[in-house]
Amino acid sequence: MTTRTRLLIVAACALVLGLVATVFTLRAGSSAAKTGQGAQFTLGTPGRIVFRDMRMGPGKDHLASVAAADPNGPRTVSGLVCARFHAAAGTGLCLRDVPGLAPGYDAVVVDAQLRPKRHVKGTGVPSRTRVSPSGRMAAWTVFVSGDNYGGLNFSTRTSILDTRTGHLIPSLETFTVYKDGTRYQAADTNFWGVTFKDDTHFYATLATHGKTYLVAGDTTRREVTTLHANVECPSLSPDGTAIVYKKRVRDASTGRPWHLYRLDLATRRETPLAEARNVDDQALWIDAAHIAYSLPGDYGSDLWTVPADGTGAPTKLLQAALNAVF
Amino acid sequence: MYLSAGRVADAAGGVRRRVPLRSVARNIAPNVVALGAVSLITDVSSEMVTAVLPLYLVAGLGLSPLAFGFLDGLYGGASAFVRLAGGHLADRRTGHKAVAGFGYALSALVKPVFLVATSVPGIGAALVADRVGKGVRTAPRDALISLSSPPDAQGRAFGVHRAMDTAGALLGPLVAFGVLSAASQRYDPVFMVSFCFAVLGVVVLVLFVQDRKGTATASVRATLAVLRRPAFARVCAASLLLATTTVSDAFVYLLLQKMADVPVRYFPLLPVGTAASYLLLAVPLGIAADRLGRRRVFLAGHAVLLLVCALLLTPLGGTVLLVASLALHGAFYAATDGVLMALAGPMLPAGTRAGGLAVLQTGQATAALGCSVAFGAAWTWWGPHTALLAASGALAVAGLAAFALLTNRKAVA
Repeated sequence: MTTRTRLLIVAACALVLGLVATVFTLRAGSSAAKTGQGAQFTLGTPGRIVFRDMRMGPGKDHLASVAAADPNGPRTVSGLVCARFHAAAGTGLCLRDVPGLAPGYDAVVVDAQLRPKRHVKGTGVPSRTRVSPSGRMAAWTVFVSGDNYGGLNFSTRTSILDTRTGHLIPSLETFTVYKDGTRYQAADTNFWGVTFKDDTHFYATLATHGKTYLVAGDTTRREVTTLHANVECPSLSPDGTAIVYKKRVRDASTGRPWHLYRLDLATRRETPLAEARNVDDQALWIDAAHIAYSLPGDYGSDLWTVPADGTGAPTKLLQAALNAVF
Repeated sequence: MYLSAGRVADAAGGVRRRVPLRSVARNIAPNVVALGAVSLITDVSSEMVTAVLPLYLVAGLGLSPLAFGFLDGLYGGASAFVRLAGGHLADRRTGHKAVAGFGYALSALVKPVFLVATSVPGIGAALVADRVGKGVRTAPRDALISLSSPPDAQGRAFGVHRAMDTAGALLGPLVAFGVLSAASQRYDPVFMVSFCFAVLGVVVLVLFVQDRKGTATASVRATLAVLRRPAFARVCAASLLLATTTVSDAFVYLLLQKMADVPVRYFPLLPVGTAASYLLLAVPLGIAADRLGRRRVFLAGHAVLLLVCALLLTPLGGTVLLVASLALHGAFYAATDGVLMALAGPMLPAGTRAGGLAVLQTGQATAALGCSVAFGAAWTWWGPHTALLAASGALAVAGLAAFALLTNRKAVA
């Protein structure tokens, strides 16, 4: 074979492969744009669960809704793409990722019809988000990519937005920390997993010196106080008396460090929930007695549910779904 | 990019006799250029995936960073021992092209798996297969570069190959983010485009890379016997010592980010600085190694790394520190990575070259992994400043020992 022939073959292959790559890319792009219109639904419709659809296909990563009575039934898929989502009282927070050489996010406040109302953009990979019960305050946590390297502990950044005034607390790390009654200062504080009690009071995880704490926070006084050790991703019950959280029960190197626990805030009594598997999610209260959480599944994530008092057994609620709102 | 690098070589004035560019190009074996092209195209493919993977796993699939760390470990650890097997097999069957081709093809075939695998074990398996492919192909490829070039032009040949390889690594992330924005932030096309590049790399390999015909059929014993050659054993010992004390890239960037106060959002751009400097200097320093001595340039490269550590320890900050450190970090790679292969290659008989280089590379990689773990621990216990001070001291001592090992008269003769 002459060099000329070989060059021609390579050129032909490059042409075909280039064509395949271009067509695949543009088709994916246009199918995303087409479903960008999507179906209409309203947040807070009774009897409907809203979540991020993880199924393969044009609706992947879009917000979808399904009848709570028939979770395996047909899904209504909206045009809104979110990496993380939460909503309350007709206000939603859709945390989207903005890929780039420096990964960023776009926190989109949406109304009940999923129309964007506000955007806050920043750096980091979306992780958690919560909206306060009144729908006024929204919090989110992102992983700051730079610190993921070399086996060092990752770094998080947690922000809180007043969706009514637009006032933004860019990082909880500016808050005053009271630990065991005294003022605490350290360079390595990290916050994640906010859960709101009301529009001023919240709970979250504080990590410092390799330990995690449940903290109670106040957005007007700009301070947090430690309450309980070894608590990650707290989720406050609807009546405000208990939290469900991830407790570290094994070493991280086992790959399954966490077990879901309930903590009664008044008595500080810890109760392990009846889910034996490792759960890495901020749980959600479905009602006063049940919580929902994500476990790895065939499409990245499935939603499971278990009683919030340590009894019963886990059951699968939704396949290929993440971040449900009930 | 090779031409511009050649121009830098002339401008740098390190080259005493001015050689017209055309004759430099003519002296590069077609096989080296072909392997360089294969590496360039393949690196575009693999770096595309590397660039979006953390984002895809954490934001796209909703996995936790813990799972990501676990996958990352798999990613790095999988290649060490298949590398030995790849090198040995290439010698045994005198089929460097076939073994390297298998490695390239394996990495190409796993790319579509990312389109369908969405569980941690599935993606983990795909990543391991990808790394196995990389591990298998490295030693036969370097042996082919070495065997295709005359002994006095090894440095330049490896310089050309590494420059092309780095160009691909620089282009990969750009292509990935271009595809992401063209596809409305969907990840599937990134894997598809990566697959297309990988296939093209295999096509170029099949059509343009010539295998070296040989009669040698190396046994395991013959491969291990390379360590009984004093000169090669000294090179192995010296490179092992230096690798044990070489602060890994991730830590250099973390330190740089702290010292130069780089905003976190620009952190992923730091490796780009190193790669750009490496790209520009690979050919000039390869030529310099051929003329001034590969041992000297290899040792000088580590002196440059020591200089990077020293810079990081000074109160210097800001842009000056950033630019100087990244330029020197790239120079360290240009003076050591390909140059070591150019130094060791001609010491090995043709029949055990791939196996011998695999032994050297595996030793180096294992030492580097150990160093990374040790440095991480030192960072946690003592803090970054003291850890870097200790690492610099260790590197200086290892440098002196390596100097003694490599400049021993018997070894040179």
